[in-house]
Amino acid sequence: MNETLHLTLKVWRQKDGHSKGHFETYKADNIDSHASFLEMLDVVNDRLAIQGIEPIAFDHDCREGICGACGAVINGRAHGPMSRTTLCQLHMRNFNNNDTIVIEPFRAKALPVVKDLVVDRSGFDRILSKGGFVSVRTGGTPDANATPIAKTKADLAMDAAQCIGCAACVAACPNAAAMLFVSAKVSHLALLPQGEVEKKERVTNMVAQMDQEGFGNCSNEYLCEAACPKGISITNIARMNRQYLASSVIPA
Amino acid sequence: MSLNSNIPSGPLSDKWTEHKFNLKLVNPANKRKFTIIVVGTGLAGASAAASLAELGYNVLNFCFQDTPRRAHSIAAQGGINAAKNYPNDGDSVHRLFYDTIKGGDFRAREANVHRLAEVSNNIIDQCVAQGVPFAREYGGLLDNRSFGGAQVSRTFYARGQTGQQLLLGAYSALMKEVGKGSVKLFPRREMMELVLVDGVARGIIIRNLVTGQLESYAGDAVILATGGYSNAYFLSTNAMGCNVTAAWRAHKKGAFFANPCYTQIHPTCIPVHGDYQSKLTLMSESLRNDGRVWVPKQKGDKRSPASIPEADRDYYLERKYPSFGNLVPRDLASRNAKTVCDEGRGVGSTGLAVYLDFADSIKRLGHKVIQERYGNLFEMYERITGSDPFKEPMMIYPALHYTMGGLWVDYNLMSTIPGLHVLGEANFSDHGANRLGASALMQGLADGYFVIPYTVGHYLASQPIPKIDTSHPAFKAAELETSTRISQLLSIKGKRTVDDFHRELGMLLWDKCGMGRTEEGLQEALVKIPQIREEFWQNVTVTGSEGELNQTLERAGRVADFLEFAEVLVTDALHRKESCGGHFREESQTPEGEALRQDDTFCYVGAWEFKGVGQAPVLHKEPLTFEAVSLSQRSYK
Ligand SMILES: Cc1cc2nc3c(=O)[nH]c(=O)nc-3n(C[C@H](O)[C@H](O)[C@H](O)COP(=O)(O)OP(=O)(O)OC[C@H]3O[C@@H](n4cnc5c(N)ncnc54)[C@H](O)[C@@H]3O)c2cc1C
Ligand code: FES
Repeated sequence: MNETLHLTLKVWRQKDGHSKGHFETYKADNIDSHASFLEMLDVVNDRLAIQGIEPIAFDHDCREGICGACGAVINGRAHGPMSRTTLCQLHMRNFNNNDTIVIEPFRAKALPVVKDLVVDRSGFDRILSKGGFVSVRTGGTPDANATPIAKTKADLAMDAAQCIGCAACVAACPNAAAMLFVSAKVSHLALLPQGEVEKKERVTNMVAQMDQEGFGNCSNEYLCEAACPKGISITNIARMNRQYLASSVIPA
Repeated sequence: MSLNSNIPSGPLSDKWTEHKFNLKLVNPANKRKFTIIVVGTGLAGASAAASLAELGYNVLNFCFQDTPRRAHSIAAQGGINAAKNYPNDGDSVHRLFYDTIKGGDFRAREANVHRLAEVSNNIIDQCVAQGVPFAREYGGLLDNRSFGGAQVSRTFYARGQTGQQLLLGAYSALMKEVGKGSVKLFPRREMMELVLVDGVARGIIIRNLVTGQLESYAGDAVILATGGYSNAYFLSTNAMGCNVTAAWRAHKKGAFFANPCYTQIHPTCIPVHGDYQSKLTLMSESLRNDGRVWVPKQKGDKRSPASIPEADRDYYLERKYPSFGNLVPRDLASRNAKTVCDEGRGVGSTGLAVYLDFADSIKRLGHKVIQERYGNLFEMYERITGSDPFKEPMMIYPALHYTMGGLWVDYNLMSTIPGLHVLGEANFSDHGANRLGASALMQGLADGYFVIPYTVGHYLASQPIPKIDTSHPAFKAAELETSTRISQLLSIKGKRTVDDFHRELGMLLWDKCGMGRTEEGLQEALVKIPQIREEFWQNVTVTGSEGELNQTLERAGRVADFLEFAEVLVTDALHRKESCGGHFREESQTPEGEALRQDDTFCYVGAWEFKGVGQAPVLHKEPLTFEAVSLSQRSYK
């Protein structure tokens, strides 16, 4: 059944990357419990706009949990209280009437705030440009069925390939590490015969860029896995570490 | 101006091969002297940018998201078609061609569709080579599934995330070129204007969405791969940022808009449940394989579904279409849902929904089988609605999903503006009046990987392209136009929000130019659209300023363009007095209430020329001729 919620929001407001930010308190009255979290923010934003107050900026696009654009820290948890759920798929029926909700951007040195809840995740693109691909050109590729791939392997690769690049793993990690993200791509490609050829250069170059971007190191806290809306497994990190070690011992 | 489709002569199946041979080539050493602007990083844009950079061109690639990987293509679920015939069930290039032409209700070009079918197999090879993890069988080979409108299994898929995996494949190819420096990437940039020099597309004006600054970029050719315009209807299955701005700006500079009234409405979406709603989520069409669609027989029956006995239920699709039942094509399923709701038999709190009931299948196949087939979808449905489809029937309703219309392009994918090429959902080229499932992904990648790399070279090699840069006065003029429009939006300081206007326009289009269209309703819409637009320019409120990240301003610009575009959309629907594919004119139906095409009068592409805001656009016709197929009326009884 739908219910009407009256909420208090404490929202991080920050004009731009150079300004200091602060929390603002807003009332969010008469929110339908069937609304999604972002729809709740839309309603609040529309009310702010009518009062001439600038709406809260947040990234979003698909609102289906697949593009990876949305994300914020809700009451201390990246993407909020529901496991395996992006912020756009979180619905207000998971909150209670009169709740106070604290909403902050993902925080990490390598994810600087652009405005309010919007952060700069371009470091992820730069890491992938160093090796998150198979070096094939368009055209001249063999028939798709020329190389059989065991279903179990293909499924494992798909598990890793599901990463949406939202950066919740970084936000959840006390060291602001990007190991879950990087290892998901390294694993996806290394598990397939097409990607295996370049696996040594790939892991070396991607890890080097990850360090350069200022992401931290993994100390096995497992918080990334818990925050990941797509259930990317931490075993990918172990797989990446093994490859990294192997490629630094035996030069590529 | 006359439309020249540049379709090569010769037998249908040789046209593309011959044409490729006849296209001019750019000398490898000269390619790096050319700069190509690609707007869009979806399947079409990313594949084009990567492929052109591999050839040696200098590529500038733009998108409005924070990274190319988030383009709307990421959300496609079902799959991608190809004529591989791996299941040995009788598929072929010719059959894929035929199904696509028929599915498009005989309103697409034969030559384009044949080329699409020809390159479909290369796409699958390309994706596998990139490491796209398609679903596989236990023997290690690729798995296929079947999809609406086809009797063979030709759809390749990666769980329920095919679009994601294909886009990440194209994105990886793109990032490989970014790493090499051959593509320069410009995320969080929105194209505001196309720049013409001497009538030729030579650049774009973009707004940097972080700093708010306007930036100019010059190139030797411009490619738009900016997606479809479903969001004109406010609520749709598309991502929130999808827009018509880039295409509309090009249209205003001389690119014809073809068949804008061909829109696709998907029958199985989660219904609207409140005015706060921002989008409609697609539930995969595959659900209709095991779900039965019904509504109560009696108007206003408010009993819970479980307490409505069999005798009081109307399984209307099974009743009306005994041979296809719940699996009729998208347009029929959608239209019939509307009819029963219009009769007052709709369900749910708004009366705008029908049941999709799995109870019988659960009884017949068991909980476990249904869980395996649809577990993910049921979970997603429950997450959104809070209701469990194992216990209660799902509620579904049709929603705007895809737009077959788009900028007119010739066989080389060039628009009526020399140098401006259009790819993917943004062009009109391959789907006629209705698109079959799993064919949009195929078209986007065909255009980007296998068509444009040839045809753009031909364009560049065919005429001298004078050197210019952004100091040319045309850039200054276009920048000024853009900044004037932005200042105007910010200065209105009215009383209604951008979304409020967008919602009003969307509801009008949905009512008058949605699933069923009438002369009277369309006339009414043509009166109302200019009124909404006028009020928008007097009473919208856009907070914040120009020189910063300002999402309200971004939306305001897009809605302003939808408000102009909507008129040509409705004008097209009004002029096309026949029903075909996704365009159902209630005046043109068979005695059984099915869509009635009028091939004698309307067998053409309708391409509209811009004449000014609020001025009637001018229609140009490109006749469609069919040599390989004979036109027939669809029947699914
Ligand atoms: C929910 C859903 C499921 C679908 N499932 C399937 C399926 O299973 N099979 C299938 O074949 N098809 C499916 N489709 C359709 C298909 O996904 C799309 O038609 C296709 O992905 C469009 O690709 P594109 O490259 O043309 O455009 P898009 O992916 O929409 O990309 C557009 C690009 O242009 C950029 N852009 C747009 N405007 C501007 C601007 N003004 N300035 C700068 N950049 C701009 C965007 O940033 C983006 O990068 C589905 C669609 C939806 C909505
Ligand atoms: S908006 Fe796309 S994942 Fe949330």
